[in-house]
Amino acid sequence: MPSDGHVKPERGFVTYRKISDDILRTIQAPSPSYFLALGVVAAVLLWGVYGLTHQIRVGLGVAGYEPPIMWAIYITNFVFWVGIAHSGTLISAVLLLFRARWRTAVARASEAMTVFAVMTAGLFPIIHLGRPWYFYWLFPYPNQRELWVNFRSPLIWDVFAISTYLTVSTLFLYLGLVPDIAAARDRQQDWRRYLYRVLALGWQGTDRQWRHFNSLYGLFAALATPLVVSVHSVVSWDFAMSILPGWHSTIFAPYFVAGAIFSGLAMVMTLLIPMRTLLHLEEYITLHHFENLAKLMIPTSLIVSYAYVTEFFVAWYTGSAFEFGTFVDRALGAYAPFFWVMVLCNCLVPLSLFWKRVRTNLRALFVISLLVNIGMWLERFVIIVSSLAHSFDPAGWVGVYRPTWVEGAITAGAFAWFFLLFLLFIKNFPGISMTEMKEVSSPDGPPAVSYQPSALRLEP
Amino acid sequence: MNVHVLGVFDAAGKAADAARALRTDGFARVTTYAPAFDHNLDAALGPGKSPVRAFTLAGGILGCALGFAFPIYTVLDWPLITGGKAIVSLPPFVVIAFELTILFAALMTVAGFLLSSGLPRLRQAPYDARFSQDRWGVLVTCAAERAEAARAHLTQADVEEVRVGEGTR
Repeated sequence: MPSDGHVKPERGFVTYRKISDDILRTIQAPSPSYFLALGVVAAVLLWGVYGLTHQIRVGLGVAGYEPPIMWAIYITNFVFWVGIAHSGTLISAVLLLFRARWRTAVARASEAMTVFAVMTAGLFPIIHLGRPWYFYWLFPYPNQRELWVNFRSPLIWDVFAISTYLTVSTLFLYLGLVPDIAAARDRQQDWRRYLYRVLALGWQGTDRQWRHFNSLYGLFAALATPLVVSVHSVVSWDFAMSILPGWHSTIFAPYFVAGAIFSGLAMVMTLLIPMRTLLHLEEYITLHHFENLAKLMIPTSLIVSYAYVTEFFVAWYTGSAFEFGTFVDRALGAYAPFFWVMVLCNCLVPLSLFWKRVRTNLRALFVISLLVNIGMWLERFVIIVSSLAHSFDPAGWVGVYRPTWVEGAITAGAFAWFFLLFLLFIKNFPGISMTEMKEVSSPDGPPAVSYQPSALRLEP
Repeated sequence: MNVHVLGVFDAAGKAADAARALRTDGFARVTTYAPAFDHNLDAALGPGKSPVRAFTLAGGILGCALGFAFPIYTVLDWPLITGGKAIVSLPPFVVIAFELTILFAALMTVAGFLLSSGLPRLRQAPYDARFSQDRWGVLVTCAAERAEAARAHLTQADVEEVRVGEGTR
């Protein structure tokens, strides 16, 4: 490898030109299958909007709340979507700090996923409010009655954690995109070039801009890393700070963070496996990337399984009748089927990832990722509903929570909203960071060994 | 009168060589363009530390201070005991302070980046659309009589194309 940093634009090597061509091709006119996907998610989203409109018009009574089960699917969705966000930050920020070079091809899509997942999650506490039009009461602002929010409440910590997370991850995504938007600006001929011109902020890639950009990117990764750990910890404290058996537990923060990353990795796979085919990015997002994602899923799945076992052990070991009762009810009561499906999806199915043949089979990975998504959604449902259904007062143990069509429509609509945003993003912005791809394929740096030799070859 | 001499290169190393030679020869206003960050090219124009980190630190300290000061102010403004906790109960405020530390540090990092890199920029310096794809550029702004010397340095570094234009800066 020559040390002078010359990249020869020869055929057979991945040149800067090829990276630009291949990745900017993804934002060209979409195929019919793309419009079909867009149409399906838009239809589901409309159904969700209809459900939400109905709920706002009639009131929260249209949800299937059954006292004392006053937190249910909406909060399940909230925790689920915040969790989905986490692996995006893990891949884009934590793996950047660890210099895991394979992250380059999947980081952009994961970052976008993070932003859209937080945008979805943030809707649910508001949907769950009796009077959602007063959502701004959650924020501390000077008001006539000189009332302030209760800073000792984990629900307010949540407001701060989620708003910070949304702000930081959006800025991280956008600023990382600026050089790529500039590249699109310089190539694109259609009406979007005006959009790119504004969003590129006049980026030219000068030495000064790159130097500060590099500093910015590293600092953002360093800030996002503690943030990601704090956000799901705070979400877990929404539960753990209460005294309800099944919620009041010190392991909740690490348990939730591991679960969040686990579910997020599954969602990254669910999104990337179709995306790479849809956008013809097989050369960039290779089997190697999916195998690495699968490897990350193994420890997170094991931590989650360990947490499930610990919860039961502690319930027995403390000798608290209420705690033990809750957990017996969780495994054998009205919601037991959900619990056992959860165990199957989160603890048993991911064990198959120990086999390389499974890790390198995209179909198997796609199915596993869907199962893990289901399992992790059910985990939040089980924690929230089965704990509330079996609190201290036996008189409250009779009600069974049954979701209504409104809750179903809003939940489906949230998935559609998330997929819609993602679909719009990958057709309008480079789904893989071109500048980072160029950086890792530059002969100046260490070789991008983790890429498949056939896909990315460096100068000999 | 100043002129702009812009060289287009097909490799980062060549652009770095040209930039280094120009600097050595006393050209003060040399700018390089690159489609991706390149350490060699970055080093060519001499060592330089980005001040962005100072903004981050300032933002972090500000956020942390605000994160404690604001909840303390509000609880003292309306002293109401909840949950049997002290009025100024610091442990729960740590969470707020932590989040605001990150938030303000991030916002200040962005501000620092925009200020130091001169973005957003409306009036553009000489540029070539290929600089965001697969070409590297070296721009020299110098007195008209030194333009030939600048061009010679670019040519020596195997430049692909040279453009000379009137500079206003």
